[in-house]
Amino acid sequence: MKKMLSNPVFWRGVASIAVFLILWEIGSRSKQWMAPEFFTPFKEFLGAMGFKKDYLPWVGAVPAPSAVLDSWTAVFVDASYWQSWYMSFFRVMSGFIAAMIIGIPFGLSLAMSRVAHGIGFPVFEVLRPIPPLAWVPASIIFWPTQESAIAFITFLGAFYTIVINVLGGARSIDVRYFQAAQSMGASRADIFRRIVLPGTLPSIVVGSAVGMGITWEVVVAAEMISGGGSQIGGTRGGGLGFFIWLSYVGGSYEQIVVGMISIGIAGFASSELLRWLGRYATPWLKAR
Amino acid sequence: MAESKVAPAIVPGEIAARGVSKSYGAVRFRKEIVRDCSFTIERAKLTVMVGPSGCGKSTLIRLLAGFEQPSAGTVTLDGATISGPGRDRLVVFQETALFPWMTTWDNILYGPRARGQLTKEALEFGEFLLVKVGLQEFRDKYPGQLSGGMQRRAELARAMINNPKVMILDEPFRGLDAMTKELMWEYYSRLYEENRRTNFFVTTDIDEAVFLADRVLVMSNIPTQVRAVIDVDLPRPRKLSDLVESDRANDIKKQALSILHAEAMRSFSRGSKAAADFVEAYLKRASRA
Repeated sequence: MKKMLSNPVFWRGVASIAVFLILWEIGSRSKQWMAPEFFTPFKEFLGAMGFKKDYLPWVGAVPAPSAVLDSWTAVFVDASYWQSWYMSFFRVMSGFIAAMIIGIPFGLSLAMSRVAHGIGFPVFEVLRPIPPLAWVPASIIFWPTQESAIAFITFLGAFYTIVINVLGGARSIDVRYFQAAQSMGASRADIFRRIVLPGTLPSIVVGSAVGMGITWEVVVAAEMISGGGSQIGGTRGGGLGFFIWLSYVGGSYEQIVVGMISIGIAGFASSELLRWLGRYATPWLKAR
Repeated sequence: MAESKVAPAIVPGEIAARGVSKSYGAVRFRKEIVRDCSFTIERAKLTVMVGPSGCGKSTLIRLLAGFEQPSAGTVTLDGATISGPGRDRLVVFQETALFPWMTTWDNILYGPRARGQLTKEALEFGEFLLVKVGLQEFRDKYPGQLSGGMQRRAELARAMINNPKVMILDEPFRGLDAMTKELMWEYYSRLYEENRRTNFFVTTDIDEAVFLADRVLVMSNIPTQVRAVIDVDLPRPRKLSDLVESDRANDIKKQALSILHAEAMRSFSRGSKAAADFVEAYLKRASRA
């Protein structure tokens, strides 16, 4: 902690966030773009874009940080706000863990076996470019509950990234490691356990971190689209994505920003957690 | 090592290559790397193979180790045909092939552990080798934390714990700085002098070859064949300082160089691009000797 306080990098970070908040506050209070005459040369173009003469987009339309903070303290004691956190986390984690449990062995088998690669990879490559959000309607039809549909979509978000990383990681293991292990009398099982698994671990960590980011992107959109009606949480079970959507529909613009920042914090916390686990799992990488 | 109680008895083996050829590629684009190559790696001797880079030495090593099979001819260890990788012929690779995710200690113990033979004796022998290669303080470090020289020594220990009949070393000191390299020569030759295992050492460096070898095999350019066999009758134990003074050592170096030079000129006249570099490199080297 003391080390952190004396670290210029830490203070640079604090300063950058502070400056951002101050600029935002000023911009939001000013309610005024620059003098309209400034835009006369661009009148034609702006008109074509559908902008009215007296309206141009400006931070003034966005609630100020102070107003957001007020709104935040109000929802802070509201159980449904925390219920939204819980629901989003629950969906992200269930989708993500399922993607790990299925994706890692799948990626490893694609890397290890020509037969598995021949059978599995073409289908995988055809399905991979389909964005997870394109799966929303199909998965609502397919899965019996809204909840499982959302979980499935978050699963897809992380699954492709994890599989691609595991496959690439396992394939890039130096062939000499296999030759060395083989000549020292290692069995196939031993090579798998002591060479392939640890050799792929750094890629698993990277794939999970990227996959986690995608999972948050996907879960919020899925919650907005699906309308948040959930058998588990009832009307309160919408998650953070639906929290934003409700705030928008209800006209509470401060709450929209509260929801956005909450997702930022949640995503950052999950990535940090993964990075920490990753460092713990691959001690040899930091030991250089 | 001979005097040690924990080290198992060494059984040196003898490898014989008879009429070995190896080609790669589909029929029409077939490229012959090794052609009708015969040589013997004599029991309990240190045989060094020297040849220009890209002359197919690494291919020969893969054949001896059993990672690949020859297209024609046979490779035998003590009369038995080599048909796959085995712990009786261990390869110490170019650069390092230590497992980055294992500590020095776990790397050394890899062989016995993988075979399910992590007995009390194996642990004691591992302990002994760790001290032998001077890495007891680096036991729990990862390879990434070791210097180049330490990595090579750890790798020597990782091979020796399996008590192979033949040790195969593929340019193991390549990429080390000159100082470390010379220290490693002395270190490695002492190790050999103590235990007299059959060693097969591949290099592009004539100084290295003459300092270490009992016998030097001078190779041709691709397709690889043995051009000459030179017996290095210098006394052991060898010290680098003695060898610099030795006229006999310089004679042997000149002999090897002239063969390599002739070989270079031959491939040069055939118009190979690699041969041009090779001629230049050896002319430079010859003027220094």
